[in-house]
Amino acid sequence: MDLPTVWFCIIALLWLGYLFLEGFDFGVGMLLPVLGRRETERRVLINTIGPVWDGNEVWLIVAGGAMFASFPGWYAGLLSTAYLPFTVLLLVLIGRGVAFEYRGKVDTDRWRRAWDTVIVLASWVAPLMVGLVLSATVFGLPLDANGDRVGGPLVILTLPNVLGAVAVAAFSLLHGAAFLALKTQGDVRERAHRFALRFGIPLLLPVVGLLLVAQLREGAPWTWIPLLIALLTGLAALARQAVGRDGQAFVLQGVALAGVVVTLFGALWPNVLPSTLDPAWSLSIAETASSPYTLTVVTWVAAFGTPAVLVYQGWTYWVFRKRIGTKHIPPVHAA
Amino acid sequence: MSCNSRRLGGRLVRVDLLDIARWQFGITTVYHFLMVPLTIGLAILVAGMQTAWYRTGNERYLKMTKFWGKLMMVNFAMGVVTGIVQEFQFGMAWSEYSRFVGDVFGAPLAMEGIVAFFVESVFLGLWIFGWDRLSKRVHLACAWAFSLATVASAYFILAANSWMQHPVGVEMVDGEPRLSSIWAVLTNNTLLAAFPHTIFGCFAVAGTFVLGIAAWKVWKRDRQGMPHDEDRRVWHKSMRVGAWVALFSFVGLAISGDIQGKLMFEQQPLKMASAEALCHTEQPASFSVFAYGDVSRPDCESVKSITVPFMLSYLAHGDFSTEVKGVQQLRGEYAAKYGTHYPNDPRLGELAGERIEYQPNLPVTYWGFRFMIGFGAVSALAALGALWFTRGGRFPRGRLWGPLALASIATPFLANVFGWIFTEMGRQPFVVAPNPNPSGVDGVWMYTAQAVSSGVSPGEMMTSLIALTSVYGVLLVVEVFLMVRYARGGFESVMPHKSSDDDSGSGGSGSDDVLSFAY
Repeated sequence: MDLPTVWFCIIALLWLGYLFLEGFDFGVGMLLPVLGRRETERRVLINTIGPVWDGNEVWLIVAGGAMFASFPGWYAGLLSTAYLPFTVLLLVLIGRGVAFEYRGKVDTDRWRRAWDTVIVLASWVAPLMVGLVLSATVFGLPLDANGDRVGGPLVILTLPNVLGAVAVAAFSLLHGAAFLALKTQGDVRERAHRFALRFGIPLLLPVVGLLLVAQLREGAPWTWIPLLIALLTGLAALARQAVGRDGQAFVLQGVALAGVVVTLFGALWPNVLPSTLDPAWSLSIAETASSPYTLTVVTWVAAFGTPAVLVYQGWTYWVFRKRIGTKHIPPVHAA
Repeated sequence: MSCNSRRLGGRLVRVDLLDIARWQFGITTVYHFLMVPLTIGLAILVAGMQTAWYRTGNERYLKMTKFWGKLMMVNFAMGVVTGIVQEFQFGMAWSEYSRFVGDVFGAPLAMEGIVAFFVESVFLGLWIFGWDRLSKRVHLACAWAFSLATVASAYFILAANSWMQHPVGVEMVDGEPRLSSIWAVLTNNTLLAAFPHTIFGCFAVAGTFVLGIAAWKVWKRDRQGMPHDEDRRVWHKSMRVGAWVALFSFVGLAISGDIQGKLMFEQQPLKMASAEALCHTEQPASFSVFAYGDVSRPDCESVKSITVPFMLSYLAHGDFSTEVKGVQQLRGEYAAKYGTHYPNDPRLGELAGERIEYQPNLPVTYWGFRFMIGFGAVSALAALGALWFTRGGRFPRGRLWGPLALASIATPFLANVFGWIFTEMGRQPFVVAPNPNPSGVDGVWMYTAQAVSSGVSPGEMMTSLIALTSVYGVLLVVEVFLMVRYARGGFESVMPHKSSDDDSGSGGSGSDDVLSFAY
């Protein structure tokens, strides 16, 4: 494999890491009013991701930085073409991050309700935007020869892209429920468990739809393999959830997500951002890749940096491995 | 913006894409850099305080760690979320720039993410939530990990910025810069000068911040007639620590700034001539302390200024006799070297085919430079004064001291802001500045007008500008509100509630079941 292809795979991996880690973060936020009926329960939900959400979000930043370094044309083309979705994504991520940190800092219901609104809204909107732009890079955008958008800011809202947006949001919701079933105890866990089982199949449907559209429109014969793996492990996850094996269910969902990401990026290859106007204007791996020297430099950085990240980020999850229940939540200690 | 509006003279100026994009970058970046220096400086100070607690076991240092750590966390969150915008807005609003420089500029950004951001976020999470989950030693190591990572992050992003000021480590292939030595980019002399200057700036901010709030607390307690108890000693101690840190930082800032200035006279002479409103070449050149009249007039005839003879020659070249080139001469040299007109490219919008104005906005550079130094000097004086008036546990009783202490917090922030506005506006009309005296690679440059995203509509750009500015505005109010609350609350609001049988002082709440800290 040549270096540009390696980096195409690394970018896919970074997005996989992001979708896996922040996927359940988003899900927890989406489920805040659903599973957290009392204030203490809502704090249980938030504290399952309290120590880790920020580290999870860095996967997005690094995915962006890595795209800039290894495929400047992809980074520039996708971000400027999907300008408004990215703007919305940034705005809700700003609100969401601050909300987690500030919510507990003043002890009034009004203050908490306000930040809860931000958390819930942002946790719904962010995965929709992520899904929209990721689908757009797979299905393509109306690009001219320079890689600039032809048409208005909303040309991104095609049916497949909207399906992708819904799929990422649906997956996040299910993933969040599985995570909460694994990380909480008591009533919250019970509710998360029930939610995952009751809505598991309906929530997987848009993901399956996205996979099939991607496969039939852009897929290669080999991408049927990850697609089938995604389907089977997705169903297996629900089956394990049904018998109360929360850990296995959560891991299987991760495998299913990996299948989805491999299918989508496999369908995208060898392009990075197709033009829907003229295939000659599509941005490809070969055309947008940085020079071999630059790729070599970032490869070394990634080769040493990424394993270290995985080790210490994994260690955080180990440190905070205990399930959380309402009895663990300390009294409010605000300014 | 300056050259644009001047060029159009009396005509109605259409606010175009480039202007909106520049305002957006300016607002979001200046705003981000309100949070960043406080985070960097305060994180290191807090790690230092925690080290003192770890070493001595003295509860005083635990209180300091907890209180300043809390304010740092309130600020850290804002730095993180506004930083995400920074990572993405190059591609969104400056896609032509991203395409042109991507082979060079992306690498330090990716390194910053992999090396610094992950460490920052993961270990900050461990630090906040890990008081009773980790041993004291490991917990302290987490504090050092995330605070040093913020410094590393500053290094990488300054490497990227320094390359825009002074491109090195590249060769031109098919009209685009290709990275040929990452080592050259990471040891760019512009970077080696900018990095210490920026880090001293961070400590100046954090030191003055600690000084201002702690002094206000002592002043308030004394005026309310509260006893000279342990808590007062802790505030007093904090204040003195802050003042010393600030004072040392200003010495560092002056020295590193002088080095940086001399370098800039070589690398971007037009920026420095504009900083001095030095219209005509002088030998020896005198330094303008203050000007009245319109410094923006290109002929400079209406500018009257108070000057120090020989001083500018010294600032630029380290002696009292060497010639310093003025704006007029340099404009001619730049035009001869880099062309007189923009290419006739429709993507340049109104600037296509127009004459290039090489002189940056003079009032902005001239006053930006003076405000940077001026506000820095004022806060240095504040630190010096604080040390003198509070020696040996004293604190003056006057009515104005408290408000004065709080007001001093603003000065290093303003100095930082004006410094960056100066250095970025002074680089115009270039986004990547060429090197007339090349210790970098000559022939690598890009005009700001060419850098903006050509596929984005002004309406979109305006939408994001308004949305981001509004959200940033609201959040600034919220952040200050929270900081004021915590400052009012003092140690009470940050120290863990003592449970009956817990005397370990580890910050843990004693019971194994209840989390020591939870959102």
